[in-house]
Amino acid sequence: MSARTYADFTPEATFEIKKCDTFKLDEAPATQVVLTRDEGLEYYRIMQTIRRMELKADQLYKQKIIRGFCHLYDGQEACAVGIEASINLSDHLITAYRAHGYTLTRGGTVKEIMAELTGRRGGIAKGKGGSMHMYTKHFYGGNGIVGAQVPLGAGVALACKYQGNNQLCVCLYGDGAANQVCSLETSFNFICENNRYGMGTSVERAAASTDYFRRGEFIPGLRVDGMDLLCVREATRFAADHCRSGKGPILMELQTYRYHGHSMSDPGVSYRTREEIQEVRSKSDPISMLKDRMLSNNMASIEELKEIDVEVRKEIEDAALFATTDPEPPLEELCNHIYYNDAAVEVRGTNPWAKLKSVS
Amino acid sequence: MSFLRGSFIDALVVLQMMVRDALNQAMDEELERDERVFLLGEEVAQYDGAYKVSRGLWKKYGDQRIIDTPISEVRAGLRPICEFMTFNFSMQAIDQVINSAAKTCYMSAGFQAVPIVFRGPNGSSAGVAAQHSQCFAAWYAHCPGLKVVSPWNSEDAKGLLKAAIRDDNPVVFMENELMYGVPFEMSEEALSKDFVLPIGKAKIERPGNHVTLVSHSRCVGHCLDAAAVLAKEGIECEVINLRSIRPMDTDAIEASVMKTNHLVTVEGGWPQFGVGAEICAKIMEGPAFNYLDAPVTRVTGVDIPMPYAKILEDNSVPQIKDIIFSIKKTLNV
Repeated sequence: MSARTYADFTPEATFEIKKCDTFKLDEAPATQVVLTRDEGLEYYRIMQTIRRMELKADQLYKQKIIRGFCHLYDGQEACAVGIEASINLSDHLITAYRAHGYTLTRGGTVKEIMAELTGRRGGIAKGKGGSMHMYTKHFYGGNGIVGAQVPLGAGVALACKYQGNNQLCVCLYGDGAANQVCSLETSFNFICENNRYGMGTSVERAAASTDYFRRGEFIPGLRVDGMDLLCVREATRFAADHCRSGKGPILMELQTYRYHGHSMSDPGVSYRTREEIQEVRSKSDPISMLKDRMLSNNMASIEELKEIDVEVRKEIEDAALFATTDPEPPLEELCNHIYYNDAAVEVRGTNPWAKLKSVS
Repeated sequence: MSFLRGSFIDALVVLQMMVRDALNQAMDEELERDERVFLLGEEVAQYDGAYKVSRGLWKKYGDQRIIDTPISEVRAGLRPICEFMTFNFSMQAIDQVINSAAKTCYMSAGFQAVPIVFRGPNGSSAGVAAQHSQCFAAWYAHCPGLKVVSPWNSEDAKGLLKAAIRDDNPVVFMENELMYGVPFEMSEEALSKDFVLPIGKAKIERPGNHVTLVSHSRCVGHCLDAAAVLAKEGIECEVINLRSIRPMDTDAIEASVMKTNHLVTVEGGWPQFGVGAEICAKIMEGPAFNYLDAPVTRVTGVDIPMPYAKILEDNSVPQIKDIIFSIKKTLNV
């Protein structure tokens, strides 16, 4: 237990952050931002939770307890946490398949995320969706087909505008999908998570222009340091205000990095060097960056942060235990949820004598 | 290329080759034979292919002929082989496949040919969930102007891919991810550079008198397994490997049904408007109908999006026990 009292810590501090490159914008996000102790501790906890959860998923995948596709988010935590810090749960968000972090920030629990990965009945999608298909309120997955989520996000934003509810839609896609994204005129944020590699193809090989923030053509853009949580938070705040005040969409490019390969079947070292990965880890890790800031400004003690680490580890272990012991979904569930709010329907099984039942 | 040498017996050499390597060999030979042939697709070049089917080809043929593309770029002209990382992604390009590739020869009254091959894994895999597990055989085979091919073993893979590449028409070539690593014997004939199988002809993998099983792709293996089990009970199944979905070898199916009087179709895809449904319709329209002693039985995937959880996934696709059950019901034994 820390010997220092709460009164010993600095309650808030001002930080200088990188200026964002802008495109078709007269103003830019602030470069001097305030972080409170409470905020810092919360962001630290969530980022650490995502990090540990993804590493546990790596372990479970190698043990073949998680199957199929598994795209891990470690390295990119500042993006999910920074974005959520500047929007509300009543806003909307949609992303592609590297979605475990967002499922958490959007209200999912580690337990139900992990149980979904292991395909159990306690999973957030009852075991029927898997890694790429997790949903919460106002979080539309989790989408497996590259780029497909962007028109969906546009539709959600249109619905917000139509209903006049002043809600935003944040629509994420990667550098790999950027060549497929079309520009649309409605009130939402496009966010390109540029982690430099579309599976095995580096951005230089994939696109003639790697200035993703400029590729909205008529849509203003921002290029943001995606490894710095405070940058992401500030840029999102700026973009959200811009959208909500009726000035239209903004395309934010978050320059980030994934430590793992594209998915668990990609070692991630055939198209980039281990040295590169190590360099990013040592110089730009988002969790380390936040930790250093807080410690050097006397906003928290090292013991306190270690305590959070211990609590996070326990949460992940408990979730993993649940995820590996919870039973699989019952066979009666097989055909349910084909339709929504509809009468029960008969479903053909593998042969004409197998008549199965589906309820909504 | 990985293969194990069998023993030399007289002049006969028996080699085992995995489906993935048979596909690789087919493309290698055709790239060498015809300069106009080239391969494009996601990660086919420097990454050696998402499923390693194109391994080594970029090193051998270079940037001009093995091209990495971002996901939905397809170019016509020359003789492209367009790889889809899975056919689920082909939906992003499906307008091009149907409206640009399939219909062009007709719309131009034979003036403009589209000698293109679309290939990649099709159907269910293991744990890849709803958006990555669909079988597109029925969707593509519905369209005039396309040829649709579905190999099962290594010999099919090599012979049919070479045929598809040499064909002047758009061919949808549906592979199966779970078959890539499966080794099969390859005859000396199959190993030759001129080994081409005709599109539109099925193969009788196992002769039998009591019931005809018609299948394509991975399910052919399941049918053979079911047949082996039933043989012990004195039921002899004739197993037909369709090889081509469009054009389909209806004559082969009819000849078999006229012999066995019973027909069971087996596919991984969904039942409605599927391959089995089409076979039923064709049989009813032809001479074999009068030889049927029982209605045709279709064994198919369950009519649901593919679930992720293993127990649910296992129960969403036809298993050998489902095939055996259906055969016995059809034979009324």
